Amino acid sequence: MIETLVQGVLLGGLYCLFALGQSLMFGVMRLTNTAQGDFVILGSFAAIAGMSGLAAMGPANAATPFIVMLALLPLAFGFGYALQRYVLNGTLGKDPLPSLVVTFGLSIVIQNLLLEVFSADPRSIETAGLNTESLALPGGGISIGVLPLLVFVVAVVATASLQWLFNSTRLGRAFRAVSDDKEIAELMGLNSNKVYALATAIAFVLIAVAGVLQAMRTTVSPSDGPLLLLFAFEAVIIGGMGSFWGTLVGALLLGITQQIGFRLDPGWGIWFGHIVFLAVLVVRPQGLYPKTR
Amino acid sequence: MSALLKASNLTAYYGDAQALFGIDFDLREGETTAIIGANGAGKSTFMKAVTGLVKTKPGQIVFKGEPIGGLPPGEIVKRGIALVPEGRRLFASLSVEENLLMGAFAKRPGPWSLQRLYTLFPILNEKRRQPGTSLSGGQQQMVAIGRALMSNPTLLLCDELSLGLAPIVIKEIYDALPAICAEGMTVVIVEQDVVLAQRVSRRICCFQEGRVSLQGASGELTREQISQAYFGL
Amino acid sequence: MTPQVIRNNRSSRAALVAGVLLVLVAATLPFWAPEGSGSSWMREFVEIACYFIFAMMWNLLAGYGGMVSIGQQAFFGFGGYVMLMLGNFAGVNPFLAVPLAAAAAGLIAVPVSYVAFRLQGGYFAIGTWVIAEVFRLSFANVSAVGGGSGTSLTALRGIDKATRENATFWMALVCVVASIALVYTFLRSKRGLALLAIRDNEVAAESQGIDVRGMKLAVYVVAGFGAGLAGALYFVGNLRISPDAAFSVNWTAFAIFMVVIGGIGRIEGPIVGALIFWALNKFFSDYGTWYLLGLGLLAIVVTIYFKQGLWGWAQQRFGLSLFPTQRTLKL
Repeated sequence: MIETLVQGVLLGGLYCLFALGQSLMFGVMRLTNTAQGDFVILGSFAAIAGMSGLAAMGPANAATPFIVMLALLPLAFGFGYALQRYVLNGTLGKDPLPSLVVTFGLSIVIQNLLLEVFSADPRSIETAGLNTESLALPGGGISIGVLPLLVFVVAVVATASLQWLFNSTRLGRAFRAVSDDKEIAELMGLNSNKVYALATAIAFVLIAVAGVLQAMRTTVSPSDGPLLLLFAFEAVIIGGMGSFWGTLVGALLLGITQQIGFRLDPGWGIWFGHIVFLAVLVVRPQGLYPKTR
Repeated sequence: MSALLKASNLTAYYGDAQALFGIDFDLREGETTAIIGANGAGKSTFMKAVTGLVKTKPGQIVFKGEPIGGLPPGEIVKRGIALVPEGRRLFASLSVEENLLMGAFAKRPGPWSLQRLYTLFPILNEKRRQPGTSLSGGQQQMVAIGRALMSNPTLLLCDELSLGLAPIVIKEIYDALPAICAEGMTVVIVEQDVVLAQRVSRRICCFQEGRVSLQGASGELTREQISQAYFGL
Repeated sequence: MTPQVIRNNRSSRAALVAGVLLVLVAATLPFWAPEGSGSSWMREFVEIACYFIFAMMWNLLAGYGGMVSIGQQAFFGFGGYVMLMLGNFAGVNPFLAVPLAAAAAGLIAVPVSYVAFRLQGGYFAIGTWVIAEVFRLSFANVSAVGGGSGTSLTALRGIDKATRENATFWMALVCVVASIALVYTFLRSKRGLALLAIRDNEVAAESQGIDVRGMKLAVYVVAGFGAGLAGALYFVGNLRISPDAAFSVNWTAFAIFMVVIGGIGRIEGPIVGALIFWALNKFFSDYGTWYLLGLGLLAIVVTIYFKQGLWGWAQQRFGLSLFPTQRTLKL
């Protein structure tokens, strides 16, 4: 049982990384990014392409994927900024439909683009054995994978950083102000278009990190996106939309629930996660850490 | 003295509905002016037009010699106009201090700082970590005023400061006005209470159905003049 | 002269006449259509009819009900499976099973709404997708209907091909006409006005005495019924069902595409959208991924630059309205 819990927690770390970007974009500008999962997969394939590009220069070692990740981060930042500034900003407003349709359209475009370029075969990143290494937990007799542990740590650090950004920095104040009252925030000198673009830029950095880690952990294929979106979304709802720590907790709970489901019957694992999510929705729709407003 | 703000034949629309029908308005530097009028007369619309929240045609508003019609609100605050909006409109997710800090977002140099605001309104220092919206109406008004002052404006616009507040609280707020004006701040207040308006301001301007119906020094206007202008008689 | 409320106009009356004639002509198709191509046209019609009905119901839900859902495929697949189960296990004639399956889909929309209505806006959309996935995974784990790989509709085995195809074609025609009629009368009624009021401002509508919750539920149930109808019909034509085909999110993607291109919130919109979609399908679907990519890009561009959809743009430009649900006051 402990083993299942631990696996669930580590899986939850990954889901948290999927979910943080979604939580951020929705929190700042009420935008639901239905292509969230597809952008993660795009990140995965970008890393895979980067790896094969580097492979031309020499064999990969355990650090190579992280070098690729580092290189991807500024690209992701710029891409997210431009996407929000020039495409998504035009879809914001009272009506949720335009942003939904545009992000849904992006989802289709990304999936098919990836299919064209990479074909439907599942791929992954060569980790030079990192994904099979494990650590023995002291006094428990359980061993956990190094990579899942790393993912979990990254998730906690990302959550803490994001929370710190929101609570203690000028930009974080700007994010909160513009989501509270855009008109008055603009009256203070804030340019909402730029602030929104920054939020998405940061979200995409997280997406890139998630994408690389996902491809290191398992194989990815172009049509994997939608399922990741659903996990991200479930984590955000279970956790409540009041804080990023809530998203982490929601993600952990989702991971644990899925692992329990897999233990009961491999065919019903994901189904079980969905059902628990729906149950939380019925019983406590505001989530565990609701927004106090 | 040249005009700090000059509105010439100012028109403004909400969609297709016209709200201002050619306002001519001069503001002299360092003066406190009160705009009075019934509900729907266009007072708030005028404030919004000056601060860029409502679109106007170019050339109708000139501030410090430069036209500002059509500029986004962010630009206008950088030039030195700050608004205390009707209904306070504090940021609900931010604490009192954070609300004040948001006012300084435009980073204009000047005498106003957190320290100075806390001297003016000591209660805000006590409650500075609390969510802005958890304060009483009067305290929220202080935060809203403070937030506007943090941008070190040359012109301060106050829209309906006394709305929903008890008389003793209103007095407390207006008692702070001299300290705000001490260094030559130009202030425009929109005020429903005519007597109060006359008492705190040097000039009165009366709006009636989107037009200026009366302007003059508050000491010189009579009650009959004002009520006629107010009601459009 | 007393003020009159006018509901029709010249072009709409002309369109009504043209529509009726078209339907009558189409009904006779099986009698004079040539052997090979005729039956393939009929099969295509059945398929497009399903797309269209599904899109029209999605349009009702999103454009008029104000609820954007990415999970209507739950009812589509449910309708298909119920029809199949009634046909294979209960010996019900599949053509009779179609409306029964639609009713079943409408019924199950009630408990589903209890969960789905906890969410709003964009999160409602994704929540409905989760629910659809639950449907898919559930059916994929039931071996009696073939589990993950699906099964065939055996109940029509005894009938010869030509008769089956004709009957399916007529069934599709009836379903198309019935769903248009259903949506049109619904929207022209007082309920339709209430829906528009809710869509524009829920709180104000509630203060006018409109039962917002009840109306939204009604629309959701009708949309579920319609989606189930489309699904049941589709698999009568297809003869084979699987969870991935029945509950694929592509159904909603195509519906969104058709409605966005044609214009959300207008009845003619889905018709225009379905025609454009059919044409695109005919000429470009061989290009596989590039075709889908193009569709996605087209939807993005239309949403950003033609906010009213192509039909809505044409309406504004040329003042057309074929299915008027507006009331004009003539003084």
